[in-house]
Amino acid sequence: MSRHVSPLIVGVLGFQGDIEEHLSSIMTAFKKTSIEGRTLLVRERSDLSEIHALIIPGGESTVIGAMLAGRSMVKELSDRLMNGLPTMGTCAGLILLAKRVYDRVVGDMNQPLLGVLDVLIERNAFGRQRQSFHAEFDIPRYGLAGFNGAFIRSPIIKQIGPKVDVLAKLGTDVIAVQQGNILATAFHPELSTSSIFHEELIKMASSMNH
Amino acid sequence: MISLAGQANRHKRSGGDKGGEQKTLGTALLKRGFAHMQKHGVIMDVTDLKQAHIAEDAGAVAVMVLDKLPYDVRRAGGVARTAGLKIIEGILEAVTIPVMAKCRIGHTVEASVLEELGVDMVDESEVLTPADENRHIWKWDFTTPFVDGARDLGEALRRIEEGASMIRTKGEPGTGNVAEAVKHIRAIDTDVARIRVFYEREDFQEMQRLAHQLNVSLELLQETAKLGRLPVVNFAAGGITTPADAALMLNLGCDGIFVGSGIFKSDDPLERAKSIVLSTTFHDRPEVVVEAQKMIEEGKSMLGLDTSNLELRMQDRGKT
Repeated sequence: MSRHVSPLIVGVLGFQGDIEEHLSSIMTAFKKTSIEGRTLLVRERSDLSEIHALIIPGGESTVIGAMLAGRSMVKELSDRLMNGLPTMGTCAGLILLAKRVYDRVVGDMNQPLLGVLDVLIERNAFGRQRQSFHAEFDIPRYGLAGFNGAFIRSPIIKQIGPKVDVLAKLGTDVIAVQQGNILATAFHPELSTSSIFHEELIKMASSMNH
Repeated sequence: MISLAGQANRHKRSGGDKGGEQKTLGTALLKRGFAHMQKHGVIMDVTDLKQAHIAEDAGAVAVMVLDKLPYDVRRAGGVARTAGLKIIEGILEAVTIPVMAKCRIGHTVEASVLEELGVDMVDESEVLTPADENRHIWKWDFTTPFVDGARDLGEALRRIEEGASMIRTKGEPGTGNVAEAVKHIRAIDTDVARIRVFYEREDFQEMQRLAHQLNVSLELLQETAKLGRLPVVNFAAGGITTPADAALMLNLGCDGIFVGSGIFKSDDPLERAKSIVLSTTFHDRPEVVVEAQKMIEEGKSMLGLDTSNLELRMQDRGKT
């Protein structure tokens, strides 16, 4: 069945955050989907040309963004994203993908963003760490009921553009979206027992790599 | 996935305030998960809003608020307590990165006050004067995660059993000398390697003996041996002064670093903070550590203190 040109290389943006948790979820997803591949830590512009998919992990979006700018990677990565690189951002990763961001307490943010996902984000939307929580919600597209998500100083998606599909909601708040090749979640699928989001990303990359 | 070894089943529940979903707060996963989001980052000690802004601009993953930097705590003497609440509040309202603050070892009420104020993590710190020489805070009672210092595996695991969500080396704060932090991470690493040998040999008699010796549960010791590392995020702290110091600690296996006096006791705080962030991320790439090290001048590093004849050894506090 396998018609891969080459084994898939899934990159994880490797500046800061829960990088290892994503690397481990990707390995689980490779096994579950029987897709052959490996991972790559992405920290330089030259790494971008090697990958078939990318994950932007949880962490501090200001720190990861400043490092992207400092290593002169913003433009090239935005271009690859607009040209269809399958990408997933979780929590801080969602913020970095977004077009517009503000903070619940501080207001307007002047932080480097990739600006490819047509959403408006509120940072720290549920409050500080003390208000971090788990909650269960459905993800109809993946046929999942009661997915348990961890929201850690999590953002929410306040507005979405016309090309953005909602994957999951918590009450009225949008917490997961897809815009073509871009998946993004306000919670941390890499801290859950399911690797479904990583599997979906890998399947998308695999179908494009044929 | 992250390890939940040693967790007591003490999480709290609250009804959801948005849309009526059931939200679960304060679980070990949420508290340890917060620490996981800090990995590969630099947490910077600050004493006022101006320093907090410099730290945020330089790429700190979080700021740690305290009344005096460890170097000044040594010089001032007297009793060191938690920072002024107005200063902490001012910083909470002005920066978007997490805000941490220190409380005294065993001072449950200082910790509660910090939790109530909304700090994202509490550091039960030997830099402040201990309030209880024999007993640390029972951290499972809090929704806010705690970080505690440790010099060896026993101290680290005892703190985890009390509910610490993150460990850091104690080092010797305020000295500008990284040697003690190196000693502590090496001690933890060597101890973990030792228990791993007995675990792999299935020598449970020896595991049980070591658990008694370290005064920790066999279950937590076994989980640590199986993981081959501490079951929570482990940062370096105490004496880190240069980008090279930071890279050294990451290369020794730490997940990130705390910088105390090293930044704001130097003559080039912004550049130094940026350079330490860069070398922490690229610790394994010597050419980038060179780039980072060139951003600072050695003449502007804090002078530091020889750790061999200090009047006050902060690391000896809270070792039970």
